[in-house]
Amino acid sequence: MHTKTIAELSRSLQSGELSSTELTQHMLQRIKAHDDKLNSFVTVTEEAALEQAKAADARIAAGNAGPLTGIPIAYKDIFCTEGVRTTCGSRMLENWISPYDATVVANLRAAGAVMLGKTNMDEFAMGSSNETSYYGPVRNPWNTDKVPGGSSGGSAAAVAARLCCGATGTDTGGSIRQPAALTGITGLKPTYGRCSRWGMIAFASSLDQAGPMTRSAEDAAIMLGAMSGFDERDSTSAERPVDDYVAALGTDVKGVRVGVVKEFMGEGLDAGVGRSVQAAIDELQKLGAEIVEISLPNAGLSVPAYYVVAPAECSSNLARFDGVRYGHRCDDPKDLEDLYKRSRSEGFGAEVKRRIMIGTYALSAGYYDAYYLKSQKVRHLIADDFRRAFEQCDVIVGPTAPDTAFGLGEKADDPVSMYLSDIYTIAVNLAGLPGMSIPAPQSAGLPVGLQMIGNYFDEARLLNVAHQLQLATDWHQQAPADFA
Amino acid sequence: MQWETVIGLEIHTQLATKSKIFSGSSTAFGADPNTQASLIDLGMPGVLPVLNKEAVRCAVRFGKAIGAHVADRSVFARKNYFYPDLPKGYQISQYELPVVGVGEVDIMLDDGETKTIGVTRAHLEEDAGKSLHEDFHGMTGIDLNRAGTPLLEIVSEPDMRSAKEAVAYAKKIHQIVTYIGICDGNMQEGSFRMDANVSVRPKGQQEFGTRAELKNINSFRFLEKAINFEVERQIDLIEDGGKVIQETRLYDANKDETRSMRTKEEANDYRYFPDPDLLPLEIDEAFIADVIASMPELPDARRTRFEADYGLSAYDAEVMTSTRAQADYYETVAKVSGDAKLAANWVMGELAAALNKATMEITESPVDADALGQLVARIKDNTISGKIAKDVFAAMWDGEGSADEVIEAKGLKQITDSGAIEALVDEVIAANPDQVENFRNADPAKQPKMLGFFVGQIMKKSQGKANPQQVNELLRKKLGG
Repeated sequence: MHTKTIAELSRSLQSGELSSTELTQHMLQRIKAHDDKLNSFVTVTEEAALEQAKAADARIAAGNAGPLTGIPIAYKDIFCTEGVRTTCGSRMLENWISPYDATVVANLRAAGAVMLGKTNMDEFAMGSSNETSYYGPVRNPWNTDKVPGGSSGGSAAAVAARLCCGATGTDTGGSIRQPAALTGITGLKPTYGRCSRWGMIAFASSLDQAGPMTRSAEDAAIMLGAMSGFDERDSTSAERPVDDYVAALGTDVKGVRVGVVKEFMGEGLDAGVGRSVQAAIDELQKLGAEIVEISLPNAGLSVPAYYVVAPAECSSNLARFDGVRYGHRCDDPKDLEDLYKRSRSEGFGAEVKRRIMIGTYALSAGYYDAYYLKSQKVRHLIADDFRRAFEQCDVIVGPTAPDTAFGLGEKADDPVSMYLSDIYTIAVNLAGLPGMSIPAPQSAGLPVGLQMIGNYFDEARLLNVAHQLQLATDWHQQAPADFA
Repeated sequence: MQWETVIGLEIHTQLATKSKIFSGSSTAFGADPNTQASLIDLGMPGVLPVLNKEAVRCAVRFGKAIGAHVADRSVFARKNYFYPDLPKGYQISQYELPVVGVGEVDIMLDDGETKTIGVTRAHLEEDAGKSLHEDFHGMTGIDLNRAGTPLLEIVSEPDMRSAKEAVAYAKKIHQIVTYIGICDGNMQEGSFRMDANVSVRPKGQQEFGTRAELKNINSFRFLEKAINFEVERQIDLIEDGGKVIQETRLYDANKDETRSMRTKEEANDYRYFPDPDLLPLEIDEAFIADVIASMPELPDARRTRFEADYGLSAYDAEVMTSTRAQADYYETVAKVSGDAKLAANWVMGELAAALNKATMEITESPVDADALGQLVARIKDNTISGKIAKDVFAAMWDGEGSADEVIEAKGLKQITDSGAIEALVDEVIAANPDQVENFRNADPAKQPKMLGFFVGQIMKKSQGKANPQQVNELLRKKLGG
């Protein structure tokens, strides 16, 4: 039953052919059997999962179930979950049990989704390979010597290995799309403000956005519908109604103008990945889409701008982890200064410290204008590029990542080469647009992601185009052999 | 050498909102530690701030009260620094684009002249928590009840030239914020705190001297003493060949001195940047119009009106409008009694003395404005004399009832029956033939003074209840004086 999608399982649950308890037990069993190889879960909440499954079965019996009722999913360990530890992949929060639920968690719970547990991630979502987690690296189910991508690598690996039916991720610079690409699943980063950030531990507040990671666009539509919506507790959440994403899946793509980013298809792109992405674009054309070449002339500035803005915000957001109120505190501090220094030195890993240092520098007196302010200007230039592009096309496509999954440890000592893993995804976060990664044909036995970028709040169209492509192809249906 | 003092003030007023500026927790004073701290105030991972509109309303009120420009778009910024009672590691404040821009207030100097003091800006921010050093042996306790309390920081131009001017300005701001109801003004509870930037320069010199910042002063008296001490210190230092360094100093009220807290060299780099969790604050015309419509009469306007409507002297009007409570109280007494001048005398005289003796605020007076108004009305309509009224007031203060009840119960009603008064007059004349003789033979210029003897006798006989005016008239007639 783990081979089925959420949409298929939902039908089986509603028809009574399958119970949520059976399905949940099956998934828990799979986690037990397979996760040793992957390390995709930090915490498995077996007891709570079975309780929730039971409640879902009762709700289905009572006839007031929705498409997610009884579906076992996992949460990236960046989402606060009441009564369940939320580590954010860090030693800092190793034993921290959240007293409240994130809005996204509460929304999914209200929709009847069953929580299997919390997935591993790069520490505080900083990383592109899932090697910075305090709880050890996550491995790619397609080849366990390879990384699954980051920072939502635990969610991506768990979905790709069919240890859960879907999972939440967060995307600050590509952290949903890049691991989705490297593990061959579907991942959607919605428009900034579409999902509430309440209860999602902040990395870079102006860029962070939650989204679904699933095995199909249809499943992503189901999950996104439940996750999204205005939240009065998040001032940056969008006060506009949520579209019916599932209902929007029925339109063909004839006449849809698909823009191909010329800057993304040249230098720096692995040849095999380039061919796969081109094959996906050709398929869209076959389905009736109109292909136009577009340009994002300032996209090249996005990585440097991002590596000023994101660390600047993170240096401030992570100041609250000071050993005073919760989280890791060093033993026997000799004074206040010592308490701060040692608690933070011991609690944070190298990548987090690196970014805090960069961010602190970028915001300090005398450098603010040259770095932070300049980066904000670059954000405007990038948003303007997209605005112009969307005058020529409805959806923008290109590769999600420049390469397929790389080897564990391969880039671990070279932060800059690691940062370049997100070269095609970052601009989307800087502009606040929705972006998606869906499987293209594999390259040398490893998944390749096709990135699709939509206009603000145009998730419905994005999901529909992806769905049409998935109806016509089977790229998204391939499963890693060891987890089939 | 002649020295000139230059003073600028930063005043932190705690806004009188029910809940905190970015969370729904209560702002009530005096609760048990950490009982009024929500997830947001505790800076829990994942929480986000949501701006309290009431705090914005308060800021706009203040802006309009001092004729300042209210920004249609202002920005909240993070001020980053580590401190155990600062839960998030940053304070949400406003930096480059504050909600209230340039304005001004007038202060009255000792010589009766007015001086205009510029207000540079006023911005919204959240307060931090409190570190508790007592009761924790070798450790520090943290109380986050105050964390997130809304503050309006009002920054003046360096326009003040003496401690007295600084105090007059601080009092004026205190008067305005309490009048418009945005701050309870309670200085003991820390609702109104002042920082003074003090420097000295040779008289006539254009550029400012190096300033020292005196932090967290919570009384007008201490403000005056702290500035005076600091001015002396700086002048002595320079005259001895030293140099003032830019630093933060604390005023120690027990020793009456200021001492160094931290120097500029150790000063924090706050790394201000716009808070990405909060959208820019946008204030539209309708919101401002709504605030203006709900604005109470301001102290300066009220003083002018009291002079015009109630015929009060400039001094009396100033005293009567010194606080909104005082002005409201007075205005009720004036209206109920129907005699504005007599009302002013009673509020400033008998009532003020009683409050002073009991160390009470006017809002705590056991005799409320309505009750005092009725008492004054009984003087005005001759039911009792001003002298008897003092006894009635004392009884009212002790809770013996309204003016009419006390007068009735104690039989204090004035005797105005001319027959009864005439009988008393005749009695006294008959009993004092010698004095009558003396009076009649006396120099007419001395007669009015001598009349006092007879008036006294008659009043005594009537137990003070005879109408003194009638007594005087009748006596003069009978004695032929």
